Amino acid sequence: MSQSIDINVHHLTRVEGHGNIVIKADDGTIEKVEWQVPEAPRFFEAMVRGRSWMDIQTITCRICGICSISHSLASIKATEDAMGIGVSEQTRKLRLLTHCAEQLQSHSLHVGYLAAPDLFGVKSVVPLVASHPDVVKTVIRIHRVSNEWSDLLGGRTTHPITIVPGGHLTPFNENDLRGLKKTIEETTVPDLKTLAEVILSVADKLPAFDRPTEYIALSGPDYYTFYDGDIASSDVDEKVSVREFEKVANEYVSPQSTAKWARWHRESYAVGALARFNINADRLLPLAAETAKKFGLEKGCCNPYMNNVAQVVECVQVCEHGIQLIDELLSAGLKPEERNVTVKAGTGVGCVEAPRGILFHKYTYDEDGICTGANICIPTNENHANIQKDFEVLVPQFIGRGKEELQQMLEMLVRSYDPCISCSAHYLDVKFA
Amino acid sequence: MSKPRVAIFDFACCEGCQLQIVNLEEELLDLISLVQPVAWREAMSESSDEYDIAIVEGSITRPEDEERVKEIRDRAGILIALGACATIGGINKLKNNFDLDEVKRYVYGKDAEMPHLNTAMTKAVDEVVKVDYKVHGCPINRSEFTYIVRCIALGKEPVIPNYPVCVECKKRENVCRFEYGEICLGPITRAGCNAPCPSAGFWCYGCRGCVDDPNVNAAKDIMEKYGKTVEDLMQKMALFGSGQKTEARE
Repeated sequence: MSQSIDINVHHLTRVEGHGNIVIKADDGTIEKVEWQVPEAPRFFEAMVRGRSWMDIQTITCRICGICSISHSLASIKATEDAMGIGVSEQTRKLRLLTHCAEQLQSHSLHVGYLAAPDLFGVKSVVPLVASHPDVVKTVIRIHRVSNEWSDLLGGRTTHPITIVPGGHLTPFNENDLRGLKKTIEETTVPDLKTLAEVILSVADKLPAFDRPTEYIALSGPDYYTFYDGDIASSDVDEKVSVREFEKVANEYVSPQSTAKWARWHRESYAVGALARFNINADRLLPLAAETAKKFGLEKGCCNPYMNNVAQVVECVQVCEHGIQLIDELLSAGLKPEERNVTVKAGTGVGCVEAPRGILFHKYTYDEDGICTGANICIPTNENHANIQKDFEVLVPQFIGRGKEELQQMLEMLVRSYDPCISCSAHYLDVKFA
Repeated sequence: MSKPRVAIFDFACCEGCQLQIVNLEEELLDLISLVQPVAWREAMSESSDEYDIAIVEGSITRPEDEERVKEIRDRAGILIALGACATIGGINKLKNNFDLDEVKRYVYGKDAEMPHLNTAMTKAVDEVVKVDYKVHGCPINRSEFTYIVRCIALGKEPVIPNYPVCVECKKRENVCRFEYGEICLGPITRAGCNAPCPSAGFWCYGCRGCVDDPNVNAAKDIMEKYGKTVEDLMQKMALFGSGQKTEARE
């Protein structure tokens, strides 16, 4: 059957940042399949030069409003690595607990507000307020608790204040932690069960599309990590130290796209919730593992649309882990801590799993603690090439379904990666030409 | 009377201030009873070019963005600048302290000359078009945002604090950050945030910009008392206040 299709989505909606989709097919021949990222770059790596080590987290967390906790953690870890600064077990646990809040916030925002309208066949969450008020209220409640969690542990919702090199500021007490635990247990965990049921009831709207690719995530020895560990790949057994991340994220410029792409063992790789699930699924806590099972999500899944489901699973995971962490912190007792920072020259790497995938910050400091160089590698940039490769397989496979359905599938595909284009630069559009 | 139509636009920024609007949660539903959102790319696929109030987030960093914000200004009766990037240029203005060609080469190497990587000096929105209201901060304070929108919807003039963060910090009974040997921008920075940073144990870095008439002499006295220099203060101010139009820069 001959097909002429012209799709041109300029500034795709319901994603963070701007991007375009351009598809052109004439008489059955596909002439153009492009995922474009017209960037308005902000030059963070250049701007941190000349600034004191004390100010670097304040600057680089502003790369992203949604994952400012992840950028803060990657930033201070890099500074600590450069100067050989160690932290206490209390600080490590408070950081993990703060990071859990962000995963819940970012995932519930994405699944509930940005992706769910596609599953319900509407253009935004606004019509859902009238048609499915209980669902919207459940999402709002989950999101509100995640923000109160960030407020408490981070000092405020966005652009955290408490995450500092060598420690974690504690403008809260043990009672606050007890209250948070109670809220998570009594409100958020039941709400997440409800949300999982709702998403499950419309999960057939997620297209059945498999494309094997390489998945990359942090992997730690003993838990489902967002913070510790080495870089693991679904393609090989050996892990790579985060200090050697530049071996993994091989950035290159493709003639097809203006955005930088990244590859390791294949021509593209994927990062994010599905990648973490594929690497670390056997370390999920019981309720999270049960949630994955309900959706039939198994290790080795290569349907990119299932990233939405992996995010739901991780929402449950971070609540369960958060409760554990609070218990551990309370049984040890929350203590005021001195921070011991000795400024010295050096280069360091900090790596964490941002909600959208593995994130690297690398800084060099001189002997006065002034930053002289930086390299920051962002998950959305790492996913760009994989999105393009998905397009190239998906478009010929589904072109027979016509422009409208194809466009919807492509928009949903990009959204399923939950791209954060402010992070990588700024822009995302879809054009069906 | 029909509800004012509101459109939200973003320029160079982290979109964290839009996120604070989402973070209003249940309260956002109340706000929608006063105003009608008609364009908001980050949250809605619906879109309209007809609006009464434009909310603009982010700094202006490219010539084409100057044109875009001018078009938005022409269509809107009222323009609100949302967050530090829009009100004072914010973190993005750090770039203005460097040679722009060097900045591009540093980040993009041999690709620096690609046209889409073009950049110009960072500007706050009011350096390009007239701004009617400013919602300060990085990120904005959610209750201040709803207060300003409610005032506009009800035809009242919002009152924005024009006194320093120290006032709110003292009310929260915090120990002064200078007592810890730190440099804090509280004495010259506009209040309205309720001092979350000093309250969490961190200095104020001035994300809300200076008060209209900062008491520069008092700031100098404080620096002297704690053995710091005006240069130390300027170093801290550069984070959010690079090129800020204020007497305090002199």
